[in-house]
Amino acid sequence: MSQTERELAPLLQRDYKEGFVTEIESDTLPPGLDEDVVRTISGIKEEPGWMLDWRLDAFRRWTAMTPPRWAHLHHPPIDYQAISYYSAPKQKELLDSLDEVDPKLLETYEKLGIPIDEQKMLAGVKVAVDAVFDSVSVATTFKQTLMDAGVIFCPISEALQEFPDLVRQYLGSVVPSSDNYYAALNSAVFSDGSFVYIPKGVRCPMELSTYFRINEMNTGQFERTLIVADEDSYVSYLEGCTAPMRDENQLHAAVVELVAMKGAGIKYSTVQNWYPGDEHGKGGIYNFVTKRGACRGQGAKISWTQVETGSAITWKYPSVVLEGDDTIGEFYSVALTNNYQQADTGTKMVHVGKNSRSTIISKGISAGKGQNSYRGLVKVLKGAEGARNYSQCDSLLMGAECGAHTFPYMEVKNPSAQIEHEATTSRIGEDQLFYCRQRGLSEEDAVSMIVNGFCKEVFKELPMEFAVEAQKLLGISLEGAVG
Amino acid sequence: MLSIKNLSASVEGKTILRGIDLEVGAGEVHAIMGPNGSGKSTLASVLAGRDGYEVTGGAVTYRGMDLLDMEPEIRAREGLFLAFQYPVEIPGVTNLYLLKAGLNAIRKHRGEEELDAMDFLKLIKEKAALVDMKQEFLYRAVNEGFSGGEKKRNEILQMALLEPHLGILDETDSGLDIDALRIVAEGVNKLRGADRAIVVVTHYQRLLNHIVPDHVHVLAGGRFIRSGGKELALELEEKGYGWIEEQAA
Repeated sequence: MSQTERELAPLLQRDYKEGFVTEIESDTLPPGLDEDVVRTISGIKEEPGWMLDWRLDAFRRWTAMTPPRWAHLHHPPIDYQAISYYSAPKQKELLDSLDEVDPKLLETYEKLGIPIDEQKMLAGVKVAVDAVFDSVSVATTFKQTLMDAGVIFCPISEALQEFPDLVRQYLGSVVPSSDNYYAALNSAVFSDGSFVYIPKGVRCPMELSTYFRINEMNTGQFERTLIVADEDSYVSYLEGCTAPMRDENQLHAAVVELVAMKGAGIKYSTVQNWYPGDEHGKGGIYNFVTKRGACRGQGAKISWTQVETGSAITWKYPSVVLEGDDTIGEFYSVALTNNYQQADTGTKMVHVGKNSRSTIISKGISAGKGQNSYRGLVKVLKGAEGARNYSQCDSLLMGAECGAHTFPYMEVKNPSAQIEHEATTSRIGEDQLFYCRQRGLSEEDAVSMIVNGFCKEVFKELPMEFAVEAQKLLGISLEGAVG
Repeated sequence: MLSIKNLSASVEGKTILRGIDLEVGAGEVHAIMGPNGSGKSTLASVLAGRDGYEVTGGAVTYRGMDLLDMEPEIRAREGLFLAFQYPVEIPGVTNLYLLKAGLNAIRKHRGEEELDAMDFLKLIKEKAALVDMKQEFLYRAVNEGFSGGEKKRNEILQMALLEPHLGILDETDSGLDIDALRIVAEGVNKLRGADRAIVVVTHYQRLLNHIVPDHVHVLAGGRFIRSGGKELALELEEKGYGWIEEQAA
């Protein structure tokens, strides 16, 4: 290691302060997966028959599939029979208010800094939160306020009871259960997640947020999120996630589907901070996630912003299918890999409609022995007259043992399409650090400032509260307060 | 202000400085001249505390403190400023942000209150006028896409803002055309003062037409072979370095 790397190393080590375990009694299914497990999960949820059939169909498809091997990721095979597919904290059956939520759960979210007590929230910064603990949603805030605006925001298990037709209409319409190995698994065993419906012409009066927490040992989390923005509506949605520090790897295989109708806008922001494993690469979450949005009508817009700092493995490609004319898809990403973390992440922009536009800004930061890959596809179909894409993929390396890789794919079937791709790789240089220190900054502040400057284009896309969180996560202070 | 005694230093095991002695008092301007590879930039780097430069002997006292014992940022906060020969680019970080962070780190170190955005803007605009720098440069990423002259002017702007006790200018004239040289030199001259010492490291005499030094030292082979007044620089210009190196040999 050079001197700079030696000096950088301690700066990059951070304590995972969300790594605690909540001691709470749970109902957990024994490990293993077969049709009975699928039936049991559906049964616990008292789901309609069509839902069970859908799950069983997905399960049968999954058993015939094999895990994808094309990603630049290395991990031992996952034993799907060693995982428990359902775990719920023991609590009363029906909750009318937060007073009935187990205080230990409230405490957990308080410790994590997640506001699930409406009363305690500051006026002005209202965010409605759905808190998912292992396999179930334990609290959803501001439901009434949202209902008054016609917005539905509830656990998807509840939506299946209350609004089965809506769920049935859209579930699997963007990510079919046969889409890929992990999506099929999720479709079979997903236990909870959030459902959002924004009616025509409504601008959702507050940010919506789901906070995912894995607590139980040997448990996988398979949540399913479905967001539907009807014509000319708008919603901004935030997603956060953490898990305790454990020596075993845990599986997280989520599916998120977004549907934006004519003139609608969905902004989906993620700060992913699953436990990344220790500095020797032990433990950590395997994060295999399928996220996709469909711009179904003219002028619809879907924007993904992600800050990926956690997980031992991240496999994730939030995508947009630009079906309508004049639709817009955006993907802004910061992915940090340190120690032995591996990330293979990027996006797919599929241009179907005329004059559809997409923007991809990806910032990969690799440190330690981290491996960071950008993988992206820009696909322009024959009818997508005048489609445009701009992609920019930048990699920042710290130290000599990490890696950055870029895999941009393009399939262009319409000659009028304009595609631009830019890529850079740079290293935090001793020169940069010395320059900043000569101006009076500590080395720590200098690293923060340089990393922050590198991520600026993505951070500015995050909602304010999240931007602060993201910057704290990278161990950096707010850049650009001036200028 | 600055007292260097018998300083030796090496880079990657190669001895570059072989016993430097130098006394710089408050209010003085010293010029350090010498041919390429004589150790001029090494001296500047050692004084600022750059990694990879190993001090193998001697001592440096700066305002009563053991300079060599201080981290680079502490030297900066104690008022030692280095204008870089090759100013570094930092993408995504605005000039304004770096300058504010630096100034406030220094103010905090001195026990002064940190400046807020409004006060800082007012101050930086005054300073930018001093080096004839357009305000748009403040909002651009540090040195990114700056011309050679703009980068050097930016260094002088930083010096004007941070108001150091000791300013070390490392080859600030390299790569400048006549007009840029004049602007930079004028900026430096405005910063001359009774409490401030300036050390100008340069290969050429031409900068010294604009920044007239009180003392000139000639560095060759890692040690000073001649010291004198400003006329020494003119003599060098006329006769070249070979003449003086022969004399010293």
